[in-house]
Amino acid sequence: MSAIVADRQGEMPDAERVAKATQGFLRDFGRTAAIYMESCIHCGMCAEACHFYEVTGDPKYTPIWKIEPFKQAYKREYGPFAPFYRMLGLKREVTEPQLEEWQHLLYDSCTVCGRCSLMCPMGIDIAGLISDARHGMARAGLVPKELGEAAERGEREGSPLGATPKVFKERIAWLADEHEIQIPLDRGKAEVLCTLSSIEIMKYTASIVAMARIMKHVGADWTFRTDGYEATNFGLLSGNAQWQKDMSMKLIDAAIACGAKTLVLPECGHAYGALRWMGANMYGKPLPFRVLHISEFLAESARSGKLRLKKLAKSATFHDPCQISRRGGAVEAPREVLAALGVELKEMFPTKGTNWCCGGGGGVVAIRRADALRYKVFKLKMDQIDDTGAELPVTSCSNCRQTFDDGQAHFKWDKSMNSLLELVADNLIEA
Amino acid sequence: MDLLTFARGPGMHWATTVFVIGVLWRLLGMLLLRGRKDLSEPRSTAAWKGLRLIGLRSWPRKEFLGGTAFGEIMGYTFHIGFLVALFFYLPHILFFEDIAKSVIGVNFKRVFGFAWPYLPGGAIYFFSAVSLAALIAVLVHRIASPVKRMLSNFDDYFSWFVTIAPIATGMLAYSHYGAPYPTLLGLHLVSVELLMLWFPFGKLMHAFTMFLARGVQGVDFERKGASL
Repeated sequence: MSAIVADRQGEMPDAERVAKATQGFLRDFGRTAAIYMESCIHCGMCAEACHFYEVTGDPKYTPIWKIEPFKQAYKREYGPFAPFYRMLGLKREVTEPQLEEWQHLLYDSCTVCGRCSLMCPMGIDIAGLISDARHGMARAGLVPKELGEAAERGEREGSPLGATPKVFKERIAWLADEHEIQIPLDRGKAEVLCTLSSIEIMKYTASIVAMARIMKHVGADWTFRTDGYEATNFGLLSGNAQWQKDMSMKLIDAAIACGAKTLVLPECGHAYGALRWMGANMYGKPLPFRVLHISEFLAESARSGKLRLKKLAKSATFHDPCQISRRGGAVEAPREVLAALGVELKEMFPTKGTNWCCGGGGGVVAIRRADALRYKVFKLKMDQIDDTGAELPVTSCSNCRQTFDDGQAHFKWDKSMNSLLELVADNLIEA
Repeated sequence: MDLLTFARGPGMHWATTVFVIGVLWRLLGMLLLRGRKDLSEPRSTAAWKGLRLIGLRSWPRKEFLGGTAFGEIMGYTFHIGFLVALFFYLPHILFFEDIAKSVIGVNFKRVFGFAWPYLPGGAIYFFSAVSLAALIAVLVHRIASPVKRMLSNFDDYFSWFVTIAPIATGMLAYSHYGAPYPTLLGLHLVSVELLMLWFPFGKLMHAFTMFLARGVQGVDFERKGASL
């Protein structure tokens, strides 16, 4: 099916890889996943929701097909009729070459954006099953090289892009000095713990300064902490559940250590899903603090009157980051902030819950061999934004922003993606 | 034992037994698995409102309609035709009432206060023909569409066959065409029994799982405030 050579981690016999993939997939299998697995009628409608299918017309990009080996494994090993399937030889065993072939479908051509889950007439959360399948692939050592390496570096060094605690500390000191602003670090007690994504620490440092300026503006009692600053979670993206937990626990422990009542997540899509919706389940009990995406924090501050903004006499369109908006539920918060900025909002079509993904989520932007396919998807996004005629494209995810910057350079596009956070910081009414 | 006697007797008995046990087995095989408690702070404390997805997902959002309209329209057409023929044809109603009376001692009219309504045979024949035509269109689409063809396996084609067979044999029996009536009726009953025998094992189970999956997704997503 695919000419792409799959990446492998570790040495192990093929049979062991297959067994580990199956165990990893079924590891957390419960009632919900089983209901989803039993419900597909092969109608193929999910293809119509997938940007990878939309731009290529290639049937292999049909979302439910992306978990085909795992459906096969489920039916044979775990489903209600599994003993009969095995006894009568009705379902073949999954093979290692099959899993290698599917690596391209599960990683390079799926951003886990969840648009397909909204299309499925049976109500199957296909994106959730893709994440389960990634658990299997990670356990079998079948993760694309760049994702595997980034996840390993994140686990070992504390950041996938080299933003180690030492680098982070130096960067904060430099930014504070350069911009003549106080950036609190490692305070023992604080009401609000702010976190960042590695892309912001290493590339979009203006976002760090913006966060500091806004926190000062709203009078927050806040801090960054070197023991819990990195919200990027390549454990989640690669499918390594243990590393995902380790990465989430650093943030949770840091928030508890400083007695934070609120943990603010940065402009990062998957970081929101990882901590807002999966954090407590990793922790094993409800979190003793609130988790807010920065756009939610800004909207709350605008609502309470703490955030005072100059009016921007411009039109803007908002790109919904999938994990925050469609799958995360924070759809209106960024729009409230844009309203507070006084911009004329020109919505894309489709927008909000059914907005097209930028093509770089789910770790795809990190996979080099997926670039050509990703650019095809990005063209869809670019056209969608051009059609609005808005002056400012705005988003609240640095991973989306990176995808836009890369796409802009590739297509020599005349538009640049803007960060909602930075836009707000640039338009504060100083007392 | 001739075909009709077999179909009315042991055939129906075994098909019903396999149907009931098979459906329960498959449903319990899912429902008895552990459910994981979500410990995250919900955005909506009325997550049950997500159950509205059971109805909402019956028709795609306008953003998705373009590419799915044919499948949706044909799907609805054959389902409606099939269900009308199943539940509003007088001999079928008498059959169901007989079962209800003998198994649970319930008489429809006594419970609801009115008789189970039925349509004239000609109307049932029309609905059956429409359903049959839509099913043929669905099969052609399955074979012609690269996506559907790739996804399809034995279950898809066999489920199609056991769905269209009772409609086709029912129409033949109604019109007394091609063989003596007892033989046609026997064939019709056997085709129904084949459907019942296959039902628990293949995709026909979506008649139950569809409501479960939509309900589960609806509640989970509503809890997060995610899009439905």
